[in-house]
Amino acid sequence: MSETTNKPHADTRHAATPEGTRAGHEHHIVPVRTYLLVFSVLMVLLIATIVAAKVDIGGAVGGLIVAFTIATIKAVFVILYFMHVKYSSRLTWVFAGAAFFWLGILFVMTLADYLSRPHVAPWAY
Amino acid sequence: MTQSTASIPDPHAGPLHDDHAHAGDAAQGGHGHSHPAHVAHHFDDAEQQKDAATLGMWCFLATEVLFFGGLFLGYAIYRQRYPEAFLIGSHHLKLTHGTVNTFILLFSSLTVALSVHAAATGNRKGIVRYLIGTLILGFAFLGVKASEYYGEYQEKLIPKLLFELPDPAHSEHMKELLEHNPRVKAAYDDPVRRKGLEQQLQLFFVFYFCMTGLHASHMIIGIGVMSWLTWRAHKGHFSAEYHTPIEISGLYWHFVDIVWIFLFPMTYLLRH
Repeated sequence: MSETTNKPHADTRHAATPEGTRAGHEHHIVPVRTYLLVFSVLMVLLIATIVAAKVDIGGAVGGLIVAFTIATIKAVFVILYFMHVKYSSRLTWVFAGAAFFWLGILFVMTLADYLSRPHVAPWAY
Repeated sequence: MTQSTASIPDPHAGPLHDDHAHAGDAAQGGHGHSHPAHVAHHFDDAEQQKDAATLGMWCFLATEVLFFGGLFLGYAIYRQRYPEAFLIGSHHLKLTHGTVNTFILLFSSLTVALSVHAAATGNRKGIVRYLIGTLILGFAFLGVKASEYYGEYQEKLIPKLLFELPDPAHSEHMKELLEHNPRVKAAYDDPVRRKGLEQQLQLFFVFYFCMTGLHASHMIIGIGVMSWLTWRAHKGHFSAEYHTPIEISGLYWHFVDIVWIFLFPMTYLLRH
């Protein structure tokens, strides 16, 4: 009984394959203009980060925050546009997101330990 | 004919019986169901095949994120522990080389993106042109990196093998840092702490060489992959319908670019 109900479904799947007409899954070709625009943004950010490094912005911590904010923006542009994640499936978002989420766990947990040590055991520092 | 042959399931009975369908059609000289040559048998269609390849590459890149992440984390911990020595280290890296290399890598990401675009629009000559551009930029990056390493060798900044704490009499960077940073000066002026600085600065350069070396080895692998793709593109293996290898190798190349996007500020740019 169930086999007969499956049959037409299987047939339509195969019939539709060569053109790849599954719903919501069309090829997205990013226009060259977008790539050039992203590249110019990256160039501006590169100049900004060099200038920021030459000037003293709030000492070591301020410099760190500025440098990593700019680096993160650059990385997001590369990931979304050059790596096409913006136009990719939800599952790709999950995979890409998981990579950086786990990186976050690695950093937050470990630094929470190391950065708190001078407070917990000041005699060792 | 007999009862037993009648009990053999119908080759086209359902989705789970592809193998039987294959065997049955093979007898007629065909390949079973029809699909383009570039779609492997076990995929529904080209789109699903491409999605699988993309996810596979992202899966690998996730492991790479954590591979580099571990090194970056170690560097962060020691930078926080030994701020004076790591500051000296950053000041002794060649900012101009680093900046030029960042430009080269970002530019190479553009050429890779354009090669994917050329592939998607069926422009075969474009693929080859942009991939060759990528290769030239990749080699340029490695060349600049090599000249940097050579400079560090000349300045005796190779940990353990050839290392001396930079002397303000010879090193312009050291002189400037001692003039402007009282914390570095205090550490340098105390003979016991100066000995510590020498050790800690070696640690900085251990991290520097490991991180940039691992990154450079990824560049070399990337250049290998891109050379192979250039050859295949030249042979006409790719079309608007099928260019997944270019796409997922592009993902890898962009990832290596992203590693540098973080590596560059954390080593060269933290100068205060």
